[in-house]
Amino acid sequence: MSDLPLTRAPAHLRQGSSIGQPVTRHDGPLKVTGAARYAADHHPAGMLHAALAVSSIARGRVSFLDLPAALAHPGVVAVMTPANRPALAEDPDAKTHPFMFRMDVLQNDRVRYANQPIAVVIAESLEAATEGAALLAPRYEAEAAQADLAAAEVFTPPAVGPGHPAAMAHGDTAAGLAAAARRISVTYETPAQYHNAMEPHAIVAAWDGDRLAIDTPTQGLAMLRGRLAGLFGLPAENIRIRSPFLGGGFGSKGLASGPLVLGILAARLVGRPVKLVLRREQMFGPVGHRAPTRQTLELGTDADGALTALRHHTLTATSAFDDFIEPASNASHALYASPAIATSHAAVRLDTGTPMFMRAPGEAPGSIALESAMDEMAEVCGMDPLEFRLKNYAETEPMSGKPFSSKALRECYAQGAARFGWAGRPRAPRQMRDAAGLLVGWGMGTAIFPALMFQGEARATIRRDGSGMVEIAASDMGQGAWTALAQIAADSLGLDPARLDFRSGSSDLPDGGIAGGSAHTATAGAAIHAAGAETIARLAALATADGRSPLYGAGNAGVIARDGRLFRRDDENRSESYADILARAGLAEIAGAGSGAMEPAAQAGYAMHAHGAVFAEVKVDPALGQIRATRLVGAFAAGRIINPRLVRSQYYGGMIWGVSFALHERAVLDKRSGRVINANLADYHVPVNADIPALEAMLVEEHDPHVNALGIKGVGEIAITGSAGAVANAVWHATGYRPRHFPITPDHLLGAPG
Amino acid sequence: MNRFEYVRPATIAEAVAAAGAPGAAYLGAGTNLVDLMKLGVLRPQRLVDVRRIAGLDRIEALADGGMRIGAAVRNADLAQDADFAGRFPAVAEALLAGASAQIRNAATVGGNLMQRTRCAYFHDLASACNKRAPGSGCAARGGETRQHAVLGWSAHCIATHPSDFCVPLAALDAVVEIAGSGGMREAPLAEFHCLPGDQPARESMLAPGELIVALRLPAAAAGFAAHARYLKLRERTSFAFAVVSAAAALRLADGRVTEARIALGGVAARPWRARAAEALLAGAAADDAAFRRAADAALTEARPSGDNAAKIELARRIVRRALLLAASGTPARRPALPASPFAAPEDGDAAHV
Repeated sequence: MSDLPLTRAPAHLRQGSSIGQPVTRHDGPLKVTGAARYAADHHPAGMLHAALAVSSIARGRVSFLDLPAALAHPGVVAVMTPANRPALAEDPDAKTHPFMFRMDVLQNDRVRYANQPIAVVIAESLEAATEGAALLAPRYEAEAAQADLAAAEVFTPPAVGPGHPAAMAHGDTAAGLAAAARRISVTYETPAQYHNAMEPHAIVAAWDGDRLAIDTPTQGLAMLRGRLAGLFGLPAENIRIRSPFLGGGFGSKGLASGPLVLGILAARLVGRPVKLVLRREQMFGPVGHRAPTRQTLELGTDADGALTALRHHTLTATSAFDDFIEPASNASHALYASPAIATSHAAVRLDTGTPMFMRAPGEAPGSIALESAMDEMAEVCGMDPLEFRLKNYAETEPMSGKPFSSKALRECYAQGAARFGWAGRPRAPRQMRDAAGLLVGWGMGTAIFPALMFQGEARATIRRDGSGMVEIAASDMGQGAWTALAQIAADSLGLDPARLDFRSGSSDLPDGGIAGGSAHTATAGAAIHAAGAETIARLAALATADGRSPLYGAGNAGVIARDGRLFRRDDENRSESYADILARAGLAEIAGAGSGAMEPAAQAGYAMHAHGAVFAEVKVDPALGQIRATRLVGAFAAGRIINPRLVRSQYYGGMIWGVSFALHERAVLDKRSGRVINANLADYHVPVNADIPALEAMLVEEHDPHVNALGIKGVGEIAITGSAGAVANAVWHATGYRPRHFPITPDHLLGAPG
Repeated sequence: MNRFEYVRPATIAEAVAAAGAPGAAYLGAGTNLVDLMKLGVLRPQRLVDVRRIAGLDRIEALADGGMRIGAAVRNADLAQDADFAGRFPAVAEALLAGASAQIRNAATVGGNLMQRTRCAYFHDLASACNKRAPGSGCAARGGETRQHAVLGWSAHCIATHPSDFCVPLAALDAVVEIAGSGGMREAPLAEFHCLPGDQPARESMLAPGELIVALRLPAAAAGFAAHARYLKLRERTSFAFAVVSAAAALRLADGRVTEARIALGGVAARPWRARAAEALLAGAAADDAAFRRAADAALTEARPSGDNAAKIELARRIVRRALLLAASGTPARRPALPASPFAAPEDGDAAHV
């Protein structure tokens, strides 16, 4: 019945009032009262605690562990090492698809990065396990570690990000640069960053024969279950993963990680449930990070400020044993019009954990470099930065030539600039001071993020009492996905949200796809939308074929679902409740399934991106160089907005990440040892509230008829892009110092005229 | 964390007796000690909790105009004590510039003096550190040294003392009251912390078992109340240790400095009293030129201990600025962002960060 006309009717025909409402989070009361049970809050009977022992060298092998000392400590039950670790069905170093990464699960005594797990101590208490791990007092055969982006041997990777080409080009950039009236060539450096979700990676694992139950925060229930099924040689249905709440993920909880697998192995070893929670410092190694980059941009323009060429080259780092190449140069693919664009990547191998997807992978470091370079080019051209960007506005996607499915970037520029008060900004730097004598600068950046979709499934049910249930293994990372998806679900079944039972966060539900790539609402939402449509269509078929129904003979196209009833479209006086339809049919419930994925034809025909414009004000102490981002205004267009309150919150989070990127975040790697020496939240800075005194996110209207049935683009990552560059450009405007090393710190500004 | 003994003495004498045993450590709020125990950096055998000792939580105005602060007084309570903040505004400002509200609500005055360096190599058990493991070497040298010392360091140790609170205390001639098995003694705060020399593990004048029972601010220190500031440069607006900081306190008459007090933070293993700079200002015009000369004098002996030459210039600039701010007068209302260059006095007094 999936071909019934109703399923192809415009989405609004089945929408009640839920989509578009600024509903507060369903999980909010649970979280503020502490009632929400995160993974590590579970304590099954007989549970033991596991603590990791991790390597303090970055390369070499473990030559000694004092097992007797650890085992003799009161409360210690077992120590898992390569010698006694239960077998896996699959080599953890195997790699059969781009979303599969090598992990360290005690397969041998090699050490390939600092903080790599080298043993697991399992004990009756966390304290005993922790002390047991300390008592192992490992010794090593250490080898010289390579930790310097500038010193390691450079290679050209076969692919970047999740399987994208390492180099792409259109037009002749050499000719474009040669013909340019003005040109710049500038290099920017960004540091390694770590996700640092508030909730550390955690797992509670319990075996029952060959069945495995785990509680762990994950951004991708089905993908994790599939990976674990492979590693443990189990049918996927033998594994049940619960992940109702995540205390942040940012990409580091997207894929199976070594510590998570070690928790399961530990439970196997001791035959009891085991809990393993990473310490903060242990998150700097085995669970991914954003790699450092050195990016060189070459831009040329004609005499009028139109780009003639844009080259973007990135040198970045991956680990010594696996490949994830931060696709930073690709930030230049879709934003500014240029007759010639060339992007390329090179990489070195460092003795670190493997870098990983981190919120706006590629886009975040790529954007700060591109937006800085655009600002530098505007300066060279003697143009206002916004005027320069409008001059190079892309009417079609520059690399592909495809039309945009929708693009309200002009409106973002206009609304953001008006709200911020951009007009009248002096073009030269160091022109503005506040009453206290602080330098004031204004900068801007353009935000862009692709509108992606993965594959997701959902099931929708209408019950005898007229209530609904929607089931999907979706992930709520704290951003409110459950709330937004429940809004879509309520509308998909024509029900008041209070009449809807929304079930999510468990792997035994239909696969909702991974919560990443800013694609979760679109993917899971499309699946829910389709499942609801299927269910309503089945219900409508029952009613319209039943001579006792007031809807008899209406034809499916003539029925609208709303408020728990089906109405004849041409005569709304004729309607019947869901409950009555099911009762007469003698059915306890009626269900339908649906899936969500990118439409290949739409993808082939259109370039799909969300856009935005971010305007930043910074104040800088002229002598001391202390910087504060005093005001940010972002205006974003991302298709249909399901829940403006949650979307605004996502934009705030992204903009704060942008401030963090520009001014705060940096993993400090000791190049001698390969160790991150600020692996704690006191020394690894992210902004505090006092760093973000004023923040505004504007939702710019945008209707996208192509991107998916609901017109949803993604909002989870876009606001980092644009924001980081806007802050950097504002620092230049305040001081005349052009930031090219991030984060910008007071010592950088010492050379600026005081 | 290893197993340890926990004792809670009721009197100073009991505490000193309990802490005389090898491996004993005094516990205040534990905001630093417990962190270091979790990391395995410190492994005390016995914790002597001094928070229940009667009288240690008192803030007393002394008959001579000075004040005496018990070692267990919490940072937040002291900063919000109107009498104290009125007499020693730079000290209150420094207290509120440290850590976060949550930590200030727990941390104690005595513990603040005894907090350990933030040197990453001290915190890292796999790194050589002469402070943690005497004779093992100093991994900080040749390492990541942006935050390390530029004054008073030695080849054996380049760590800094991280306290904000101690900086104005050193400037204002605060006195530390110390109890030991032999009775009470006193020490000037400016000399309380040891420079590393060839014994960086010795961080203070305390002998094993000795307990800080109180701090005393002399009456003379209140004479600077009208012109006293603490200024802190940091890499985020709150909850960050100082890159460099400075306390400046002046007594002015007819546009001239009659007496100056200057100390720097984040530059050495102790809060760094800049006596030469103070001497230069005595009798000088209270103007920018004089403050610039004083700032230069304060850093005359500074030299980088690694890739941190920028700190010397930043320290110079912050001394000059702190002097300028002090000369312009202690704000009537505490700045919303205490000790921040962004704290315009008219911002109000909500010290919430």
